[in-house]
Amino acid sequence: MKKIVYGMLLLFVAFSTQAQEKKSKNAKYFFEVNGNCEQCQKRIQKAAFCVDGVKMASWSIETHEMTVIINEEKCSLLDVKKAIANVGHDTKEVKSKNEVYEKLHACCQYER
Amino acid sequence: MKNTTLFLMLFFFSVAFSQKKLEEVKVESNKKGIQKSLSKTANTIVVSGKELLKAACCNLAESFETNPTIDVNFSDALTGTKQIKMLGLTSPYLMITEENIPSVRGASQAYGLSFTPGTWVESIQITKGAGSVVNGFESISGQINTELIKPMKDIPFFLNAYGASDSRFELNTHFNTKLSNHWATSLYLHGNARVAKNDMNHDGFLDNPIGKQVNLVNRWQYSNPETGWVSFINFKYMKDEKQTGELNFDKNRDQLTTNYWGSEINTNRFDFTSKVGYVFKDMPFQSIGFQNSYSNHNQNSYFGLNQYNIKQQSYYSNLIFNSIISNTMHKFAAGVNFTYDKYAEYVNLSDVSRTDNSAGTFFEYTYDDNDKFSLILGGRFDYHNRLGAFFTPRLHAKYNPWKKAVLRFSAGRGKRAANIFAENQQLFASSRVFSVLDTDGKIYGLNPEIAWNYGWSFTQNFIFFGKPADVTLDFYRTDFQNQAIVDLFQSSHQVLFYNLKGKSYANSFQLDFNIEIIKHFNLRTAYKYYDISTDYLSGSFQRPMQAKHRFFGNLEYETHIIEKGKQWKFDYTFNWLGKQKLPNTVNNSSQDQLPEYSPSFGIMNAQITRTFSSYFEMYIGVENMGNYHQNKAILGNDNPFGATFDTSIIYAPVFGQMYYAGLRFKIK
Repeated sequence: MKKIVYGMLLLFVAFSTQAQEKKSKNAKYFFEVNGNCEQCQKRIQKAAFCVDGVKMASWSIETHEMTVIINEEKCSLLDVKKAIANVGHDTKEVKSKNEVYEKLHACCQYER
Repeated sequence: MKNTTLFLMLFFFSVAFSQKKLEEVKVESNKKGIQKSLSKTANTIVVSGKELLKAACCNLAESFETNPTIDVNFSDALTGTKQIKMLGLTSPYLMITEENIPSVRGASQAYGLSFTPGTWVESIQITKGAGSVVNGFESISGQINTELIKPMKDIPFFLNAYGASDSRFELNTHFNTKLSNHWATSLYLHGNARVAKNDMNHDGFLDNPIGKQVNLVNRWQYSNPETGWVSFINFKYMKDEKQTGELNFDKNRDQLTTNYWGSEINTNRFDFTSKVGYVFKDMPFQSIGFQNSYSNHNQNSYFGLNQYNIKQQSYYSNLIFNSIISNTMHKFAAGVNFTYDKYAEYVNLSDVSRTDNSAGTFFEYTYDDNDKFSLILGGRFDYHNRLGAFFTPRLHAKYNPWKKAVLRFSAGRGKRAANIFAENQQLFASSRVFSVLDTDGKIYGLNPEIAWNYGWSFTQNFIFFGKPADVTLDFYRTDFQNQAIVDLFQSSHQVLFYNLKGKSYANSFQLDFNIEIIKHFNLRTAYKYYDISTDYLSGSFQRPMQAKHRFFGNLEYETHIIEKGKQWKFDYTFNWLGKQKLPNTVNNSSQDQLPEYSPSFGIMNAQITRTFSSYFEMYIGVENMGNYHQNKAILGNDNPFGATFDTSIIYAPVFGQMYYAGLRFKIK
């Protein structure tokens, strides 16, 4: 009897740890991305969509807020931010390289 | 005189009413009445409820007067119903839906649009070309979807009264309550009546029918954003009665006799629709929807000695799943639907009843690069007991070549069973003998109609001498592989129905130019060219009662909204129609002959709206300002039971100038 209880408990603990590690297939995140205009919007969204695992990406011109839904089994939020930085747009965590930023169209060059 | 008195009474009543106005202002954004999108894939125009306030538009059939995409024909002397056309084809070739559920089809084809009062409408989406596969396979030249006002967004009370010099009166009352955060319900009551007999052209026949309609809808909406569930439930009931014919006709005494010629069309209709939708948690791009609708449509009518009765019981069900393939650049919709139609139809007591059913499955893929290019590729496979098993492909594509410009292309196939009697019932009001020449087909002896439609459209927005303007060029072609031909060219004493032998096509070209001349002063213009040709038994002719050239102009001016929401609005619409091919009348006696072509003419409408506050407004208007009317609306009117009698050849207004006035009152 005791063995069964221990066994059950063990099984339960094992399951819960696994559950905690289980990555969400539809994780929703909000974060700020620097940018200005409609062109920026297209560029930022396109960069995010190029990351495998990004299901939805939408950047607001007014609030500069980015909304993404990602499959965490395939990519991380950091991957998305890196991809966005690679096309010239800064986030809190990942900054764009100067030479990429400078190549942006004049109207897209947000204040750094 | 009696009409004028009633009309004046209504007007003064309204003025007295207006003095008791409420204080408070709510500024509403100056949204355009007709919106054209640069980013949507399909060539869809959105007509907002605001646009419907610009003309008399009492019901859906009349709500396209200020819109060049749809041509509104003149109401025939008999039914007073306005028929619509798109790309030169009549409404049976359009998919007409209400909140994406097919509404005007089968038995309701002739008068169905007049069974939705204009005040119920929130917006109308008009799509030119093939349309989506989601709602079915029947659409050929376009889709018209009407969204009714949603209970959750509705106002507690709305009242609209309308009266016109043709002695037509209307009353619309809307009630709405929010029962909880998640439930809301609306109750809309509509009544209209034409009380007096009019005969302005002194031909002994009514210019438009007398009659009355009672129409009500009760809607329930449930929506819960936390759980993702939404639902709509609608109950509708409609009763419509029309009487027309000779002035002296007494329906109790003269019905189905040759004392006087008269006609009655009585319709009862009941509708029930339900919709349930669920948006998946954490996945706003994935949803599932289930729609069901049942309707019972019952028309009893006689036209002189011709009797026509049709009852249609219809059930429609649609299950649709929306999701994405890897990300939201690739979306899809997939599902199944089922349609059942039971017709009990009697043409002069001969039984032509039938039952139709079909089941189908569809898949529609949407690609959007979030930049310049997007595409909708759809296909469906159906099995129908009369149309057989068949595949329906549809394609829409959009490309933005440069700034503020959009190029669109669409192509698709449509297939349908033509309800030849229901769709052409105005011909019962003539002495024409009906003959169906084919016997092998499954629909009244005829084969299903099959057509391909393809076309392109280009829109450019620009600044013209500092004013925002836009120009659109559209070209569409419909090619019929088979058509149920309605032949009025063989003889003026006959109408023949047969399968197309040879070619039948409809080409349409439209050029739109719109400009905001000064702030709040807009000009809309359109030129339309139609080439609609069909091979008949007696040769190849243009479609009768269809102008090759049409010109449209609309001017609207609004004053700035001043304190308490006071405002003036002015509207003026001009329509010019070139000559129209008329049916063959050469075998009539000379006094009942019509020329080969009708003359060209112009029609002007105007309306003035005075908004006293955001709660109360009044409007007054005139239709057919120039008082143009058709010289001879009814052939053989002096001998209505003789061989030449025909009320169906209408190419211009029958009724002359018409004045109207109305008021709208809201409690918010």
